[in-house]
Amino acid sequence: MQGAEILLELGVFPRLLQGLWVTVWIAAVSVGLSIPVGLVAGWLMTVRNPVVRAVMRVYLDFIRIMPQLALLFIAYYGLARAWNWNVDATGACVLVFVLWGGAELGDLVRGALLSIPQVQAETAYMLGMTSWQSFSRVILPQTLRRLLPASVNLATRIVKTTSLAVLLGVVEVIKVGQQIIDANRFQYPTGTLWVYGVIFLMYFIVCWPLSLAARALEKRWAND
Amino acid sequence: MTDQTNPKKNTTNHREGLIMSTTTASKLRTALTAIAASVAMVAGMAACGPNAATPSEAAASGDTTATSAAKARSLDEIKQSGELRVAVFSDKAPFGYVDKDGNYAGYDVVFADRLAKDLGVKALYTSVDPAARVDVLTSNKVDVTLANFTVTEERAAKVDFSKPYMKVSLGIVSPEDAPINDVKELEGKKLIVAKGTTAETYFEENYPQIELLKFDQYADAYNALLDGRGAAMSTDNTEVLAWAKANPGYVVNVTELGDVDVIAAAVQKGNTELLDYIDGQIVTLGKEDFFHKDFEETLAPVYGDEVDPDDIVVEGGVVDSQ
Repeated sequence: MQGAEILLELGVFPRLLQGLWVTVWIAAVSVGLSIPVGLVAGWLMTVRNPVVRAVMRVYLDFIRIMPQLALLFIAYYGLARAWNWNVDATGACVLVFVLWGGAELGDLVRGALLSIPQVQAETAYMLGMTSWQSFSRVILPQTLRRLLPASVNLATRIVKTTSLAVLLGVVEVIKVGQQIIDANRFQYPTGTLWVYGVIFLMYFIVCWPLSLAARALEKRWAND
Repeated sequence: MTDQTNPKKNTTNHREGLIMSTTTASKLRTALTAIAASVAMVAGMAACGPNAATPSEAAASGDTTATSAAKARSLDEIKQSGELRVAVFSDKAPFGYVDKDGNYAGYDVVFADRLAKDLGVKALYTSVDPAARVDVLTSNKVDVTLANFTVTEERAAKVDFSKPYMKVSLGIVSPEDAPINDVKELEGKKLIVAKGTTAETYFEENYPQIELLKFDQYADAYNALLDGRGAAMSTDNTEVLAWAKANPGYVVNVTELGDVDVIAAAVQKGNTELLDYIDGQIVTLGKEDFFHKDFEETLAPVYGDEVDPDDIVVEGGVVDSQ
């Protein structure tokens, strides 16, 4: 238990929670904005127009191939240097995570849309539905069902990836942890592990419900 | 009509093409720099501690001399905005750290507060990692970097340094009952150092006859000293002084060894207006012994009374050579 007393120091927990709030805020805004971006991107990926498809392909591959860290540095330092677009660190994080989440979710949407047999659309058309009706009443509900488990998984990945924000100087939960460790370096030299342990638990508490929800939904829809 | 507009269009297109290619190049370079910097930073984190001369920094942000579109703000713009944006460390006590109440504090922060106060504005702090200190200036994220920034030739090519306000050299910490009072006493004994520090290079070059016991991390190096695996341990004087204060039974009897490195404020390359202001401030503040007071307030509690402030503090931007 050596060093665990660091956690009882006044202000340690509130500050870690403040840091966690920054983490959750970035993740929540990114996931929230990724959903519409991803739905539109997924729809565009299934469009027949070859130009649109090519553009979407390049977008998806570019985002997939580039490490998120490199994208973050480009958004934060690169844009400022090239065009004097000075996005703040949090803004740069949200921008990158939305572009990334949107691309990944778009690909999931594309896969889900294409997995619905064409015959269903045709049947809906035969029953007299307009193309919008057949999309919104027949195709979309089934698409969302197939989409949910994988997109919840994507959301947990975004939560964890927010830790990269620390490299842009965002004071989120990891950085707060480092500050606390350093400020108590001489008083609690072995406190490091405890602080990181608490941070681990905090990430766990944020991500676990998402995993639980994904599993529950998968189970419920397995028999449909 | 169309004949007149067409060539115009062509030239603009052509020019745009040129701009695109340079920006993509700089973008790519930024990306590569970013990756290199991040690798270096991870390495730096492993060797944590307020050491100003860890290899992480020296290697950090390789080629960032590329001309930047993000031009620094003028003094008037700073005054108008009401905020002086300062990059400081947030986890390198006692130079720049966040105290128990969550406020920025430390030797660098006291100076930054004063700079902002004399400008009639508030200081807005941005937390930086060692490797990001050059980039935040070149991309105009901050107006000034005050993060225990050691002046090196390599860095001076990318940013402009002010007059120094602190200096750092090597120190040797040894057990109280077997003190090392002079570097010559180390001959035939083992000296503990951390890999990649200025101490390692200095002893290898100048005292090859002293056997070095090297460790990857500061914590390991200090533990080796505690275990008595070496006669003494050497790294930046600020670091050993702080450690000796926290570990009774150990003393630092050699506090100024090797080349003296100075620590200064840095601004974006070419931002002479702000640089001149900071230089002027350092000289003016020297008259009221500002940095000695800063030392008493922030560093003395960590280093203890036995440390001579003049080993560390530079007043009025003048380093007296010893």
